[in-house]
Amino acid sequence: MTVLSLAGIAAPTAADDPSCYARTTNKWICGAYWKDYQSELVDATTQHLQITIAAVVLGFVIAIPMAVIARRYSSLKGGILGLSTALYTIPSIALFPILVLFTGITMTTVIIGLALYSLTILVRNTLTGLEAVPDDVRESATGLGYGRTRLLLKIEFPLALPVIMAGLRVATVSTVALTTVGVIVSYGGLGQLLADGVQNDFKAEIFAASMLCVALALALDVVLLGLQWLLTPWVRARGA
Amino acid sequence: MLGDAFDYLTDWSNWTGDDGMLTLLIEQLLLTVTALAITMLIGLPIALYLGHIGRGGFLAINISNVGRAIPTFAVLVLLSVGFVGTDELGPYGRAGLATLIALVLFALPPIVTNGYVGIREVDRDTVEASTGMGMRGGQVFWRVELPLAMPVIMTGVRLALVQVWATATIAALVAGPGLGNVIVSGFYNSNYGKGLAGAFVVAAVAFVLEVLTIGAERLVAPAHQRRTKRAEAPRRTVGAAV
Repeated sequence: MTVLSLAGIAAPTAADDPSCYARTTNKWICGAYWKDYQSELVDATTQHLQITIAAVVLGFVIAIPMAVIARRYSSLKGGILGLSTALYTIPSIALFPILVLFTGITMTTVIIGLALYSLTILVRNTLTGLEAVPDDVRESATGLGYGRTRLLLKIEFPLALPVIMAGLRVATVSTVALTTVGVIVSYGGLGQLLADGVQNDFKAEIFAASMLCVALALALDVVLLGLQWLLTPWVRARGA
Repeated sequence: MLGDAFDYLTDWSNWTGDDGMLTLLIEQLLLTVTALAITMLIGLPIALYLGHIGRGGFLAINISNVGRAIPTFAVLVLLSVGFVGTDELGPYGRAGLATLIALVLFALPPIVTNGYVGIREVDRDTVEASTGMGMRGGQVFWRVELPLAMPVIMTGVRLALVQVWATATIAALVAGPGLGNVIVSGFYNSNYGKGLAGAFVVAAVAFVLEVLTIGAERLVAPAHQRRTKRAEAPRRTVGAAV
């Protein structure tokens, strides 16, 4: 993985062709830029995707047990929801530096920070989904001899899946946007290109990074929507 | 690193002067208050009216989803490098106008969505009862819908405030105004103690603002909701981190 430093991506010099991204023209939309800087764009997008996916997966892995515990022990519910909501008050550009204390200037710092933010939505939605499972469904399953764990895995999670997936989509989309701020610790994916673009007044780079960021968010949203469609065949059957 | 941050915070000379933390703090608070006020002036009337007539729900709710997908950093960059520029704007500092526009854009979604949802979620029976009692549209809105929707509307304002404060901090990444400059100059120059000190101040102020708005939320809650436990109050929308 190439580490993208702020100064690492050189802006075009006057010596370049008078192409649309040369200093003198400096156009926003420039096909030549996309072609000539393809490897930087791919690297930044790859890093962006890596950070986003790692953060959402980590957040999800933490959020599920938190929600299950909050569901089972109602005395802990307020505390768990409060904790997961309190975090979002801290601006990301302040949270990353604070996490540097523990994990240094690494990609891990950004991933942990973003995972913590995703908890706000993931815990709440998972809990809402579990709570929405009708009591008679739960009782019937218990009557059929389902134990607590089997009930959770076979009945409650599948039924809560649409709400959980909705939370996962929101968390993923906002994580994609937030990853750009990772630039403060030099791991911002497409945010590195944005920062470089500001420093060098490089419009084609800024525009490309912004577009890729929004496109990435939309693409991941569509992927998750497809995943939900695959995972909930019964919802489809009902609709048909 | 923690020691360096502590040293930075306790050295009074870092707080005073033209680019001291106090000046930056005041600049950022001014930006935050202005942006929030502008957003409420623009967003609330539209959202509350749409909620009252029960139209435009698709737009009012989806504006929040769209807002989440767009990086604040990218918008700040696009505005300051392109359309608006980085000129000084009075007390708002360098790139003041670009920053203000970005702040308003990102504060609008929570305020519009919660304003709309707040009004729509007022018990329809209550609204019908007040119409049945002979109240006209305006009276229903001012005396019934608005007071009952107040907690949800205020939650939107609180979420917007968190959003505005965070976005204003990020403005420093495009050489804009505010406390973010301490964090950015600290980290970009490997002066991590300074950067961490800035981060602590930003986080601390964020918490103070959050606590103040939670207090304000309690004050405007209708009497019967104030007596019940806070956790029971409607909280349909959750903020996204910034």
